[in-house]
Amino acid sequence: MGKAELPLHAPGTKVDRGYIGQSVPRPNAKRLLQGRGTYVDDLKLPRLAHVVFYRSPHAHAKIKRLEFSAALKLTGVIGVFSGKDVAEYCTPWVGVLAHLKGIKSPPQHAVAIDRACWQGEAVAAVVAETRARAEDALALIEVEWEELPAVIDMEDSLAGKKIIHNEFSDNICFRREHDTGGVDEAFAAADVVVEETFDFGRHTGVCLEMRSILADYNAAEHSLTVYHSTQAPHMMQDIFSRHLGIPEASVRVIARDVGGSFGIKVHVYPDEMATAALSVMLRRPVKFVADRLESFATDIHAREHKAKVRLACTKAGEILAFDLDDLTGIGPYSVYPRTSGIEGNQVVNLTGGPYKHQKYRAKLNVVFTNKNVTCQYRAVGHPIAVALTEGIVDKAAAKIGMDPAEFRRKNLIPDDAYPYTFPSGVKFEKLSHHKCLDLLLEKMQYEQIRLEQIQLRKKGIYRGIGLAAMIEVTNPSPAFYGVGGARISAQDGATLRLEPTGMVTVMCSVTEQGQGTEGIFAQIAASAVGVSLEKIKVITGDTGVTPYGGGTWASRGAGIGGEAVLLSGRALRANILEIASKILNVDKDTLDIESNTVVSKLTQEKKLLLEELGRVAYFRPDTLPMDFQAELTVTRHYTPRQYGFTFTNGIQASLVEVDTDTGFVKLLKHWCVEDSGTVINPMLVDEQLRGGVVQGIGAALFEECLYSPEGQLLNGNMADYLVPMSGEMPDIICAHVETPTMQSQLGAKGVGEAGTAGAPGAVMNAINDALAPLNARVTAMPFTPERILKALGRV
Amino acid sequence: MKAPAFAYAKPSSLAAAFDLLANPDAKALAGGQSLIPSLNMRLSSPELLVDITGLPGLAEIKVLDDVVRIGALVTHARLEQSPEIKKHVPLLAQAVPHVAHAAIRNRGTIGGSLALADPAAEYPACAVALDAVFIIKNKTAERRVKAEQFFKGLFETDLKPGELLIAVEFPIAAKSDRAVFLELTRRHGDYAIIGLAMHNERFVFLGAGDRPKLFLFQKDLQKAKEGLKAGLNPPADLYNSSATKRHLAGVLLERAWNTNTTSR
Repeated sequence: MGKAELPLHAPGTKVDRGYIGQSVPRPNAKRLLQGRGTYVDDLKLPRLAHVVFYRSPHAHAKIKRLEFSAALKLTGVIGVFSGKDVAEYCTPWVGVLAHLKGIKSPPQHAVAIDRACWQGEAVAAVVAETRARAEDALALIEVEWEELPAVIDMEDSLAGKKIIHNEFSDNICFRREHDTGGVDEAFAAADVVVEETFDFGRHTGVCLEMRSILADYNAAEHSLTVYHSTQAPHMMQDIFSRHLGIPEASVRVIARDVGGSFGIKVHVYPDEMATAALSVMLRRPVKFVADRLESFATDIHAREHKAKVRLACTKAGEILAFDLDDLTGIGPYSVYPRTSGIEGNQVVNLTGGPYKHQKYRAKLNVVFTNKNVTCQYRAVGHPIAVALTEGIVDKAAAKIGMDPAEFRRKNLIPDDAYPYTFPSGVKFEKLSHHKCLDLLLEKMQYEQIRLEQIQLRKKGIYRGIGLAAMIEVTNPSPAFYGVGGARISAQDGATLRLEPTGMVTVMCSVTEQGQGTEGIFAQIAASAVGVSLEKIKVITGDTGVTPYGGGTWASRGAGIGGEAVLLSGRALRANILEIASKILNVDKDTLDIESNTVVSKLTQEKKLLLEELGRVAYFRPDTLPMDFQAELTVTRHYTPRQYGFTFTNGIQASLVEVDTDTGFVKLLKHWCVEDSGTVINPMLVDEQLRGGVVQGIGAALFEECLYSPEGQLLNGNMADYLVPMSGEMPDIICAHVETPTMQSQLGAKGVGEAGTAGAPGAVMNAINDALAPLNARVTAMPFTPERILKALGRV
Repeated sequence: MKAPAFAYAKPSSLAAAFDLLANPDAKALAGGQSLIPSLNMRLSSPELLVDITGLPGLAEIKVLDDVVRIGALVTHARLEQSPEIKKHVPLLAQAVPHVAHAAIRNRGTIGGSLALADPAAEYPACAVALDAVFIIKNKTAERRVKAEQFFKGLFETDLKPGELLIAVEFPIAAKSDRAVFLELTRRHGDYAIIGLAMHNERFVFLGAGDRPKLFLFQKDLQKAKEGLKAGLNPPADLYNSSATKRHLAGVLLERAWNTNTTSR
């Protein structure tokens, strides 16, 4: 048996697992560092035109008149187009899913017709020879507006005094209620009931590379090639095909290098659809690159929740029930095709998730507002669910006077209780909350820093320690989108081809966004086939080349794409051995592949170099038996289906110091213990955790899209919207518990979102722990100095 | 975000620069750290950019008898690394690391920062605290203006059309001088919520109004705090109310007061 055929996740295994579990540098790093990446904006095609958009300055307004004549006269302007013009080439869409019962949203066009529903919505498109010229023309467009009443606040929206869409009788996009029953009884019987309302600021993912698309329509064959900074090329292929009326196989979506995505680049954006439609209309390549100001106004936003949560427990610290009421505002449209109902839905699914109480009730209202749309951004719903769960858990622990770590130990689902069904209905295959908690407390020297905290308080130094246990949805099955009617693939595929020189080309439908997916695919493929890493070449992000698949989102790259690569690699290895047995005229069961060479399984004696095998198979197949055909290209697919999701779990801790004079929070240290199943590349896994933690810290302390009461985005630029920066970040200590999923051979569960899920709750709890002796408490993220000073009564 | 079309010239003498700047739609370009973004965001659309970075003699730090003369084209990075500045103008040396980020400090200039007169910037407050003198030239004459008179309002200075800020003179610090620079930013390198440049009894707040806000405080901290409360009315920003900023100014005042940093 070859190495990669050993169960890679065999508990306590001592065998070398090839490259699995090794921190090998990712192969694309050098190319990117040398500036030789190819992003959409690097591409230059003959007759390339550039499009820019005239965007509504109002949150809600009727377009009374559009005047393009002056803009059209400008040299270098190819055309100026209204929503109606573009609609002739692109059908509208509606962002609903059948399994989110009752969800509604009006049809949305690529360029707004008649009415703009948020400040930043495109109402006209200018195509010109250069971007600068197109921007010159923008200034010459005249628009006459009639302002309409705008609904900005989500509670106003829920109240429904002003209705945003006339075709509906209220502003509710989606509601959900969940009840195990017995909640009121549990609260009535409880020794202790705690309640809190948490506010979560609206924020956005800020990608280094902004949204970019270059659409190249070829009229001669009615085909469209789209170079797209996207996470999901096949999803976009389907969407371009259906909305532009081009046969699916004639649409090719190519995502070369992508400079970060975080969920921002997995949605249908009107301006991107318009760019593709304009390419069809003008029969030439058209490029759109969102600039930074447009990105803030139109890249999906996320979060913006107001959630009231209650917890019932006994004096002894046993949690009995959770009761949740969550409200979230999503902008004027539910985003296509994933909908804007998913984040709230996740909050309902995940609140209270690490704990073993049996009674749970939740109510969710997802409402329309006249602000930019919100949708799935890294860790969808998790930061909300974790923060409100862990916030109320800390409050309960404080009320009964129990140490927060001890309170968690008492209530976390036992490590031997799996498989386990949580009261929200989600099922866990195998989690390791207690192992993670123990490891965390040991790593952070919990007892010691608690003692230090007490000592320092005597000197007027206010330090706080915050814990946040978490569960994370990964590797979604078709239950996530497919069952709701979305044409989003839950399966992924990998093709492996042995080249004549013994190299292996890997083509996988999961994409690379800068997170190192291609690196781990190389590791898995090399281990599965038995070749060295430098023999592997990975290609992703091209619907014309790779197998069909979902792409990168929901922490599915390693768990689903990686498994497809593993299965494909094993199949290729078997085929190679089959050919070797014919060449060597021995039983294939006596052979193995080791370091690019076919060897004797028994003696490890070298029998045949793979380059020699390749030569024979491709150029001298006449020397092989008449009835034998070598198959050196194989494809395998993988779909997780035993569980709705593979869940990971983990726990984070934050140590902060609050300056009670200034309200400033200094992050001293952060810990993250995560069980993401099999760790393929520890370095990449740690960097995913750290990057995620930093984005979570952004939510806790820095990031918020501020809107005026009139619906104007006030801080849509890099000076005023505060992304977390390295100078303020603490050391982030990562540690791992490995509980591989038994659903797959690889056992990888995914790790992309865990950091973001837990960090806001951990930081919040740390701040409140620091403020506790001063009887101050904050519950509205981000925790700005002013909010902390107000809580302290200093201003 | 592409700049509108403009003409560009890079004169090699002051005389040539002044000829070009006679065009009322011309703008002087130094490090470009504020002007170029404003062009790209189409907040400004000059006909001609006169790149003054090729002018001779404007990028020198000279230690004279009583003053250090800093040419307008000296970059933040050079100030940061200069032993003369550290020794003779310690307040400025304390302030420089707070100016934005390394990449910006590599290109941005002291002259550009002062001439822009952003009230949240570090140098204007330092210049007022240190009673610096601005040397201004036009085609025919040179004049000297005290810092307090140079800053006229929000992004508004005493510079007249056709004039260039050539250099700034900071007095050489005496052994007994005390200098403290403090600012509060949520992220290092951001514009401060509020900041304080203190030189002996001169307390100058940045981010506190339309220009650097000078207070003269002596001996009694309590009186100083009351004076600040009465005299400071900072404008609210996106994240902080006026009251919060006033509170934070008071915190900085007390911290500066209690800091033992001296000039040498």
